Amino acid sequence: MLTKRIIPCLDVKDGRVVKGVQFRNHRDMGDILEHAQRYAEEGADELVFYDITASSDGRVVDKEWIRKVAKVIDIPFCVAGGIRNIEDARKILNDGADKISVNSPALENPEFVTELAEAFGTQCVVVGIDSLHEDGSYIVHQYTGDEKKTLKTSRDTMAWAKRVQELGAGEIVLNCMNQDGVKKGYDIEQLQAIRRSVDIPVIASGGAGKEEDFDDVFTMTGADGALAASVFHTRQIHIADLKQYLSDRNIPIRL
Amino acid sequence: MIAVIDSCGSNITSVLFALQRLGADATLTSNPEVIKKAERVILPGVGAAGTAMERLKEQDLTHCITSLTQPVLGICVGMQLLFTHSEEGNANLLDIIPGKIRHFTPEKDKTIPHMGWNSITFGNTHPLVKDLPENSYFYFVHSYYPQVSQYTIGECSYGDTFSAIIAKDNFMGCQFHPERSSKTGALILRNFLEIPA
Repeated sequence: MLTKRIIPCLDVKDGRVVKGVQFRNHRDMGDILEHAQRYAEEGADELVFYDITASSDGRVVDKEWIRKVAKVIDIPFCVAGGIRNIEDARKILNDGADKISVNSPALENPEFVTELAEAFGTQCVVVGIDSLHEDGSYIVHQYTGDEKKTLKTSRDTMAWAKRVQELGAGEIVLNCMNQDGVKKGYDIEQLQAIRRSVDIPVIASGGAGKEEDFDDVFTMTGADGALAASVFHTRQIHIADLKQYLSDRNIPIRL
Repeated sequence: MIAVIDSCGSNITSVLFALQRLGADATLTSNPEVIKKAERVILPGVGAAGTAMERLKEQDLTHCITSLTQPVLGICVGMQLLFTHSEEGNANLLDIIPGKIRHFTPEKDKTIPHMGWNSITFGNTHPLVKDLPENSYFYFVHSYYPQVSQYTIGECSYGDTFSAIIAKDNFMGCQFHPERSSKTGALILRNFLEIPA
């Protein structure tokens, strides 16, 4: 049976793992390789490496780190941050990434998603969507890695999700910005809406604070995976314990 | 020496890293002479089977691969290439193992691609699956699958039941990514390295 995925995310800035609250005020959370290796050993189902300021700084993700991380982990490895063209993507895949995730560059040029899918296959292409719930609607935001450069777009989140599926995305990571870093649980309503909008896998992101939040997101939204950062970095939640907890509650999980 | 065939232009590095972690001496190559002389050969692949097949033809590698007599392991699309035909782009493949590659049947609440960790049952005691417990988990990412046949040594189910591991003579293949399937994946690769050449 296909299992639900638990996905730790390394938000990286200047060669260190960092974490903010609602995409602001980033704090140092430790060493990249130590976290990566620990997560692979604890049973994480995938690792996301996200160079958070690459897009807003107008550069591409630091490739030296991709190779170092890819060498030590034996789980799927998704890389995000400022990937703007096929050559950037090819280099990152050649450095050992298994999937590439694009966010702001896909908003700048939606056809880029199709180019990536044609070059590397849809299974390789993840689209990250940063979505803010505001006045009853869900609106896509851009350049969220740097609070001074963050832009509100004119795109509705569900419409954009459908569009990226048509363009060739193989998976969507939905970052619910209101919930990010505040540890009050995933945005169940928004995740239900996106699950109804697309047929490709959806990864929930933003809001994990306790083990029950993971149970809720899988039971109530049909999300294929749940991504979290701070609760894992601070060891507030241990991945092996979390997976046992979910398995005991009959969520399909790889132990 | 293990030859890893450089046919798809990307996404091969994680295979090389996995082999390095097992202490194997692996070389990325598209040179038919190097491939023929290798002790073992790995054929990785991502993207569409038809595109991968075109690349093998451009590099004049199809005859080289079909005539190999040492242990050969196809991974993901590299495994699919060993079969006769794929529905994806209506492509003719290497035809080393009889069988077809089909698209997953769309169903309600079934996301495609089949992406994530799924369990495999073994109906067989092939050396490639030695020491692997029933229902071991592996990491899959694909929208097309090889049908179950007499060459199936591991089965997986995602709405459709399909061949997750196959073997015919010296040719073997797995639809999942052993290089990214944690300890169980490493065990498959180790078993492959221990199959007498």
